[in-house]
Amino acid sequence: MFEVCADPKSLEGLTWLSCYLTSGKHLNMYWAFGTVLLLLAVTAPIAMAFGFLGALAARSQRFVLRMIGKGYTGMVRGVPDIVFFLFFVIALDQGIEYIMHLIRCPDWTDPVRNGLEFRVCPQAKVPLGSAPQTVHQFYGFMLAVLTFALVFGAFAANVLFGAMQAVPRAQLETAEAYGLNPGQVFRRVLVPQMWVYALPGLSNLWLILIKATPLLFLLGVQDIVYWARELGGAKTQAFDYPHPDWRLYYFLALLVFYLAFTRVSEIVLNRIAARLSKGQATAAGEAMRKAGI
Amino acid sequence: MKKLMLATALMALTAGGAFAQQTVRMGTEGAYPPYNFINDSGEVDGFERELGDELCKRAELTCEWVTTDWDSIIPNLQSGNYDTIIAGMNINEERSKVISFTQNYTPPAPSAYVALSEDADIEGGVIAAQVNTIQSGYIAASGATLLEFATPDETVAAVRNGEADAVFADKDYLVPIVNESNGELVIVSDDVTLGAGVGMGLRQSDTELRGKFDAAITSMKEDGSLNALIIKWFGEDADVF
Repeated sequence: MFEVCADPKSLEGLTWLSCYLTSGKHLNMYWAFGTVLLLLAVTAPIAMAFGFLGALAARSQRFVLRMIGKGYTGMVRGVPDIVFFLFFVIALDQGIEYIMHLIRCPDWTDPVRNGLEFRVCPQAKVPLGSAPQTVHQFYGFMLAVLTFALVFGAFAANVLFGAMQAVPRAQLETAEAYGLNPGQVFRRVLVPQMWVYALPGLSNLWLILIKATPLLFLLGVQDIVYWARELGGAKTQAFDYPHPDWRLYYFLALLVFYLAFTRVSEIVLNRIAARLSKGQATAAGEAMRKAGI
Repeated sequence: MKKLMLATALMALTAGGAFAQQTVRMGTEGAYPPYNFINDSGEVDGFERELGDELCKRAELTCEWVTTDWDSIIPNLQSGNYDTIIAGMNINEERSKVISFTQNYTPPAPSAYVALSEDADIEGGVIAAQVNTIQSGYIAASGATLLEFATPDETVAAVRNGEADAVFADKDYLVPIVNESNGELVIVSDDVTLGAGVGMGLRQSDTELRGKFDAAITSMKEDGSLNALIIKWFGEDADVF
């Protein structure tokens, strides 16, 4: 990065350290922090949407919808994350490729499944074999987002389902007495009030989601834990910056990152909780009213 | 999300028209110097990087490097995430059942035990080895207790911190580490030669691609450039063809 870094082995002390910390590999690690934050930013709303739909389905009057909602939350919550990540992603990836295969290569005669091999025609590869590595990385990232959203959506669905049940019946009855139709009751009374009941559960999920991001490496996305392990491992003279086993320091840095991140999340979530409690028919809302906030 | 997936699918569909030259994706571990490692600029480097690039040039293929963790390197090849394994993988019977290999591009290489002292108990003690390697198979069959790790680096770290009595791995990997340990680590006992040399792994159905790489390896063996590469990366004492 800097000119002084051209010959790393002649450097010492702080210059060495500054060159070391700005090597291409370290820049990759700093990017990985961005990847993790981006994953969280993209996944959280999608998981929330899945959760909302799941909760709606589980509350539905229709038997089929209710079974879909209950089945989704029940099954996904019951499967260990790591199994889900190993199985679902491979199945999804192969499913997409198989459909592409049927569309693009109708004349293909070789079997797609050949023992343990899964082999579609080259034009059906997603992304295409000729695509640059960045496209492959983007595809892997999107698979990760979808998988995280599905898993965490199931938990969110259960939290939201519970929160919807927790809104006092009297509130809904009052709305009905004013002549609101079921849709209006749902949109204007139930949904605004349920968030305060959902928040503790959702904040738990958010913190668990933050900690689950190292599962990214299972999907071939190189996340910060991967880079910490890779950079921290002992390096021989084959590398520009040989050093002994420094994994401890790298993992300490990750510890600080994760702790700081969860702390910031807590502060933000507390503010949201205070805001949501205002004017609500809950103990917290009542206390705020009495205190004159 | 659904829209995105759909958009991706559509994009892929339309991109199909511009389908030109097929890229061969080379899968490696990137954690096994000097065979393959990720250098300080974040690129795959090492003996196999240089060899693989040369083989692709001779076979007139466009190649791209991909890293993956060792444990899932064979399943990922089979499900088509990349087209070759070029990761210091020894040819042996067990692996040949599930993937096919090119001819070897290194002679059968010696493995060695490395420990903190000469008198380490390598016959009945705890021996660290990387998971799914010929070395871990060898230890499992011997009388010693096998301690497996996901990466080669962790196997050496286990000896340093006393978790294992010795580590058993390719000698080419261990020698630079021993030389730079200021006497902390020593090579114990004689070499053990396992496997039939390192080869490239491919899907069994990819016979055409295997033929191309086989021919390229043959041509490098014949003109001596492979031996030169081996000596460059593994030192003057390395076994050559």
